[in-house]
Amino acid sequence: MANLATNFIGIKSPNPFWLASAPPTDKEVNVRRAYEAGWGGVVWKTLGSEGPPVVNVSGPRYGAIWGADRRLLGLNNIELITDRPLEVNLREIKQVKRDWPDRALIISLMVPCDEESWCDILSRIEDTGADGVELNFGCPHGMAERGMGSAVGQVPEYIEMVTRWVKKHSRMPCIVKLTPNITDVRKPAEAARRGGADAVSLINTINSITGVDLDDFAPQPTIDGKGTHGGYCGPAVKPIALNMVAEIARHPETQGLPISGIGGVTTWRDAAEFMALGAGNVQVCTAAMTYGFRVVQEMISGLSDYMDRKGFTSTTDLVGRAVPNVTDWQYLNLNYVTKAQISEADCIKCGRCYIACEDTSHQAIEMLPDRSFKVKDEECVACNLCVNVCPVENCITMVRMPKGQVDPRTGRPVGDYANWVMHPNNPMARAAE
Amino acid sequence: MSNSQLTPGIVPARLPARLYAENFSDHQPPLGPHEARVAADRCYFCFDAPCMTACPTSIDIPLFIRQIATGTPDAAARTILSQNILGGMCARVCPTETLCEEVCVRETAEGKPVEIGRLQRFAADGLMAQGIHPFTRAASTGKRVAVVGAGPAGLACAHRLAMKGHEVMVFERRPKSGGLNEYGIAAYKATNGFAQREVEWLLKIGGITVKNGVMLGRDVALGDLMTDYDAVFLGIGLAGVNALRVEGEDLPGVRDAIDFISDLRQATDLSTVPVGREVVVIGGGMTAVDAAVQSKLLGAEVVSIVYRRGREKMSASGYEQEHATRNGVCIIHGAAPVRVIGEGRTEAVEFAYTEEGPQGLTLSVERFTLKADQVFKAIGQTLAGAPQAIAVEAGKLPRHPMPKLWCGGDCALGGEDLTVTAVAEGRDAAEEIHAALSAAL
Ligand SMILES: Cc1cc2nc3c(=O)[nH]c(=O)nc-3n(C[C@H](O)[C@H](O)[C@H](O)COP(=O)(O)OP(=O)(O)OC[C@H]3O[C@@H](n4cnc5c(N)ncnc54)[C@H](O)[C@@H]3O)c2cc1C
Ligand SMILES: Cc1cc2nc3c(=O)[nH]c(=O)nc-3n(C[C@H](O)[C@H](O)[C@H](O)COP(=O)(O)O)c2cc1C
Ligand code: SF4
Repeated sequence: MANLATNFIGIKSPNPFWLASAPPTDKEVNVRRAYEAGWGGVVWKTLGSEGPPVVNVSGPRYGAIWGADRRLLGLNNIELITDRPLEVNLREIKQVKRDWPDRALIISLMVPCDEESWCDILSRIEDTGADGVELNFGCPHGMAERGMGSAVGQVPEYIEMVTRWVKKHSRMPCIVKLTPNITDVRKPAEAARRGGADAVSLINTINSITGVDLDDFAPQPTIDGKGTHGGYCGPAVKPIALNMVAEIARHPETQGLPISGIGGVTTWRDAAEFMALGAGNVQVCTAAMTYGFRVVQEMISGLSDYMDRKGFTSTTDLVGRAVPNVTDWQYLNLNYVTKAQISEADCIKCGRCYIACEDTSHQAIEMLPDRSFKVKDEECVACNLCVNVCPVENCITMVRMPKGQVDPRTGRPVGDYANWVMHPNNPMARAAE
Repeated sequence: MSNSQLTPGIVPARLPARLYAENFSDHQPPLGPHEARVAADRCYFCFDAPCMTACPTSIDIPLFIRQIATGTPDAAARTILSQNILGGMCARVCPTETLCEEVCVRETAEGKPVEIGRLQRFAADGLMAQGIHPFTRAASTGKRVAVVGAGPAGLACAHRLAMKGHEVMVFERRPKSGGLNEYGIAAYKATNGFAQREVEWLLKIGGITVKNGVMLGRDVALGDLMTDYDAVFLGIGLAGVNALRVEGEDLPGVRDAIDFISDLRQATDLSTVPVGREVVVIGGGMTAVDAAVQSKLLGAEVVSIVYRRGREKMSASGYEQEHATRNGVCIIHGAAPVRVIGEGRTEAVEFAYTEEGPQGLTLSVERFTLKADQVFKAIGQTLAGAPQAIAVEAGKLPRHPMPKLWCGGDCALGGEDLTVTAVAEGRDAAEEIHAALSAAL
């Protein structure tokens, strides 16, 4: 079994699987159960300032979308930060951390945007024994209307300013949690780094409406006939999160800034993908909310098996391994030619590849009288659509044409690496050096 | 030989040679990777899953299925095998329709459970095919334990003990290990020598020595084992069989079903196994079904199972009964044999219909006769050859009759007589032995 122990900005945990700040980490009872189930760390549900806590709606706070067989793919919520008194949370945090010293415990914070508020909250959490703080600049609903959460996270200058305050008033490692509700995630990440953040975590939830009640004509979840946008998370957001993580990992101004990857992590593979793109660990919310804390066991066994298979002895062997291979479109090899190939042995003859290609792509699949399917190499542009719509995994594969072989579609032999920057059709082409 | 299904008497080679391979092939073929993925996707990862509770070895079924679904079948295999070292065999022989799959929530929802047994086989076979034995032994404890009987109970006990660092000596009466996995289970459930392959794989843990051909009570005495070893486990199964106690029972042609099955399992060429043209099997359990179905598959023309009580009382599950009828076996309920008829050999069996009343089962005056050149008795096995020193309770041995001595599997009290129950009891006894030996250290 590979060793999954991780050290993220000096915070040690037995594995890279942390629970994200959310209902699963809202109370001592949950967090203890999470640790018992094997979670390496938790980010406690976001705390607010001293004083009367926020109040949540008492109607439905979640909406969802489902895939086939009612598998939950996306979850949306209109929940606020913790609605329990600050002292209660702090007392519980202290007790849990004392009993579970080997697990990471991070406190998520969100207070009004003034130095005094931050200074005050930091002094209150000082003696909890927690390993670090996460600044919630991401919550996109409710709190944002009050000038907190994503209202801060959408303004890089504010991020920098608050992060600076936090580093000034606390010696704890500081993670800045970013909102995806922004056009270029590199800007807030740069700001966090300038402010002195030890790491960024992303993504928080995405503005969303999951559905509309077609009798009452109101967005869902509906509260007494009205609805509001919520924050979207779960498997559906993973691709968005992965891209944002990769952007930060490869951006010169933010390169090397530790990243805690969040967004749709459901299986070991999701976690491994985040880590390959530069995340030092991952945080999970929706998968735990869907399946319970036990779901971490598969993540642990799966990641460990994968690392053994790869000969990785530490998670650091994996972290960032795919980053050098994330590039801009213009640098992709235009002489990389593949052709779809359908395995007749695996084909169940549903015809989905055929109609997808025929109606919407390049008319490159032939349906033979015996209902078998064959790719016409002279038409196939290798778009991958047939692979994506085929219900049988690995039935259709992309096979690379070796160099020198004539591509029947273009009539030209497959050449050496050449990208758009060098391409003759590019009016701004530069000759290869 | 030119026998056919119609040849009278008990003869071999009733079928053309090629049919044997076909008839005795895997009765439920293994899942391919695509099928496994689709089947695994159906699992809801239930909390406190009913399937897990129903499994006598408490395999974490939702976890292993999730591991298959996420493309890590080897991790799934470890999840299975850490609870049930004979998970490969159990995946083939467990009556899942009365265990895990019966209580699957998708059975409730759609009448179609997740295919737990087949998924288990997919994972376990995959790991075994790579020759991987996923467990290692703890540091040697210097303690020695004797295990009597190399059936599922004994093997599970031996493996767990070896894993804990003890030295294990297994004494097995028969030339091959595996118990009824090798000599009893229907051939089409454990094809291609799976029972022996599994035993070999299990022994890879090390620290286990098996002595075949050694019988407790004949070659070794319990008293000696108790003094020579730090603990003793008995997993001797049920070596005896119940008698019919009717006239004609001793006629040639009347036989214990388990002997017939054992011969069939040991035959290298199934066309050499003789079977009657008209076969009558008496009993209502798995043994009756297996004897009947395999008779049919060997080419018997007419095969009937006759059971003395109603259908719902049969210990063979509904699925097993259907399996029998699908294979052309006729099942007659509510009739008991009164006499085997024949001149020098079995020719027919006379039955009386039974009536269930307050006094129990009584024979009615209604009679019928079935032609039979072969009769198999499958009316239950009994404990035989148990050491005198142990007081038998309700026909079985107590699980922990005296200090240093444990019993498990079919020979012992508790649970149904199933492979998986034997594994659970062997494993649990090993844990108790380990606790006792550790306390003594
Ligand atoms: C025909 C038949 C079909 C079955 N089909 C199924 C099925 O499909 N699914 C299922 O779950 N269960 C089935 N069972 C039941 C299952 O096989 C048993 O419950 C299981 O094998 C019990 O395991 P065990 O280790 O207790 O006993 P056994 O498997 O009987 O093993 C006992 C071992 O002890 C040895 N032994 C006995 N006495 C001595 C002695 N004095 N000295 C040394 N060694 C001794 C025996 O040779 C044997 O190897 C079937 C049983 C039969 C008879
Ligand atoms: C109900 C709910 C409440 C949440 N509350 C918080 C919060 O208080 N603070 C915070 O930083 N993130 C909060 N989040 C966001 C999660 O921490 C996480 O960033 C997001 O759900 C994406 O991860 P996932 O796809 O694994 O769920 C919440 C998410 C959900 C579903
Ligand atoms: S999960 Fe269901 S029962 Fe529990 S609080 Fe929410 S709405 Fe109520």
